[in-house]
Amino acid sequence: MSKTALPMFATMLGMSLGMLLSMPAFAQVDFSGEWAPLYHEDAPERLPGPELGDYTELPLNDAARLRADSWDADRISVVEQYQCRPHGSDYSMRGLGNMRVWRDIDPATQRLTAFRTHMLAWDSERTIYMDGRAHPPEYANHTWQGFSTAVWEGNMLTVTTTHLKENYIRRNGVPRSDQATVTEHWMRHGDYLTVVTVIDDPVFLTEPLVRSDNWYLDPGQHIGIFGCEHAPELPKAEGAVPHHLPGTNPFLREVSEWYGLPYEATRGGAETLYPEYRQKLTGYKAPPKCDRYCTCTTLFDCNLR
Amino acid sequence: MRYLTFAIVCASCLWGQDVHVFPVQGNVSMIVGPGGNTTVQVGKEGIVVVDTQTAAAAPQVMAAIRTLSDRPILWVINTSVDADHMGGNEALIRLGGSTDASERARVVAHENVLNRLVAPGAAQTRVGDAASVNDTYFRSPKDFLFNGEPVMVYHMPAAHTDGDSIVLFRRSDVLSVGDLFTPDRYPVLDVANGGSVQGLLDGLNKILEMAVAGKYQEGGTFVIPGHGRLCDEADVVEFRDMVTIIRDRVQDMIKKGMTLDQVKAGKPSRDYDTQYKGSPDVFVEAIYKSLTARKL
Repeated sequence: MSKTALPMFATMLGMSLGMLLSMPAFAQVDFSGEWAPLYHEDAPERLPGPELGDYTELPLNDAARLRADSWDADRISVVEQYQCRPHGSDYSMRGLGNMRVWRDIDPATQRLTAFRTHMLAWDSERTIYMDGRAHPPEYANHTWQGFSTAVWEGNMLTVTTTHLKENYIRRNGVPRSDQATVTEHWMRHGDYLTVVTVIDDPVFLTEPLVRSDNWYLDPGQHIGIFGCEHAPELPKAEGAVPHHLPGTNPFLREVSEWYGLPYEATRGGAETLYPEYRQKLTGYKAPPKCDRYCTCTTLFDCNLR
Repeated sequence: MRYLTFAIVCASCLWGQDVHVFPVQGNVSMIVGPGGNTTVQVGKEGIVVVDTQTAAAAPQVMAAIRTLSDRPILWVINTSVDADHMGGNEALIRLGGSTDASERARVVAHENVLNRLVAPGAAQTRVGDAASVNDTYFRSPKDFLFNGEPVMVYHMPAAHTDGDSIVLFRRSDVLSVGDLFTPDRYPVLDVANGGSVQGLLDGLNKILEMAVAGKYQEGGTFVIPGHGRLCDEADVVEFRDMVTIIRDRVQDMIKKGMTLDQVKAGKPSRDYDTQYKGSPDVFVEAIYKSLTARKL
């Protein structure tokens, strides 16, 4: 190697090392941006809202079923503390889920330390820690968004969330407990984002509940202020908690009658999730025509009966 | 997401027991130990302790308190007559009280606590607990200013017992509520010591009235329960709703003429049994007895 070639070689080597050092140490995908939800999955549940008594596709135990049967929607109005109660971070991905994602970068190391999200619904904000920190102790307070940490699995981000406040799996009263652990798998495919959510709830589920939601990148999106202020809406007795006594909820069979489903199938449970359950639906006849939520693809085009 | 500063001190490292210090808000911390939760407020004037757990746990609890302050314990407040809330009074004061006899710690409890401890037939093992209480009150709230903070003690009549108190640290915005609220287990309705389900609900509704939630029903006033994790208003709502709903179910069954055995067999708490520790039968029976007790 000539004398003149040595400095050039050193420069090239330095540049190569610099490029190597600037590459992420692990597989990393940037989820930053404005994301708008796609409602092509479970649209009637996610937009106008689930029907009362609709527990289909949920591996509930008996406790969760009775809790949901006892739920009275008046509670949202009568109990003031419910009026501004947000979705948990697991459910907020399913409804009014316009989302902004951004990154925290450590300026000293240029390493990613956290993803942050802002949701339209209730202005909910969440931090997903990427710095290897431990989850808080069991006696720490719980929040609606919970405490989230994440690791990369290839190009997929796997998020683990604990310390959630009690909330719902479906907003017709099906509960999700504060003891649940939620695992999310975030996957980006170009301008599309898929998040698969797995809820493990030893209190209310007999097996993990798996759901998926999709978004598309919408750089022009502007998320406004959600805003909420609770106030007395109805005259009520002190400490009133609306609920149905066991066996008295008159609305539980509506979903079965409207959609022509066997009542037992609407009651949910792990068995109803699997293909083998179809063998029990031999008497099922689809309604002659759809007349409820038939064209439900956005928030405002669901045809109501 | 707002989370507390996790300056968690592991006193168990010193003592081999699970005792933890958890800063809550302002001057107030929670000490999680084998006897439940102790609330501590610290400042230049000294230390306020709400509920002292047991005498056996006192060395560990004191070691935990000493990670927060080296000042003397000058106030102790007992939220109920239960041994796991006041059994450590004497031991903690001995370990952490002032060496100046004129600064002997004041031990505050509702007068019904003392009445229960000295009533004919009261357990001899509680004599020390009775002797430790030197500042009973009967008009609610009892208040005092300490470390620049108003400390307000409210009587909650006929709730878990008939001598329950809850404590508001007004500047720190923290409530310490004893066994009126136990987020991970069914409440103990100590009917024999004057407790009642309606009194418990009145107490829980009073807590909800006093607590002010932060934005979107999170944070704001923090609530330290007698046992279980740190909570806020939204968590108390879930617990209050549970007690109300089970109370309503038992009341409906009583109206239908069902006996206690029939009510228990009907399992009116069955949708909460997977969530709350403790015996559902004991809880349901206490509600039944409370609702059917003759009014004096």
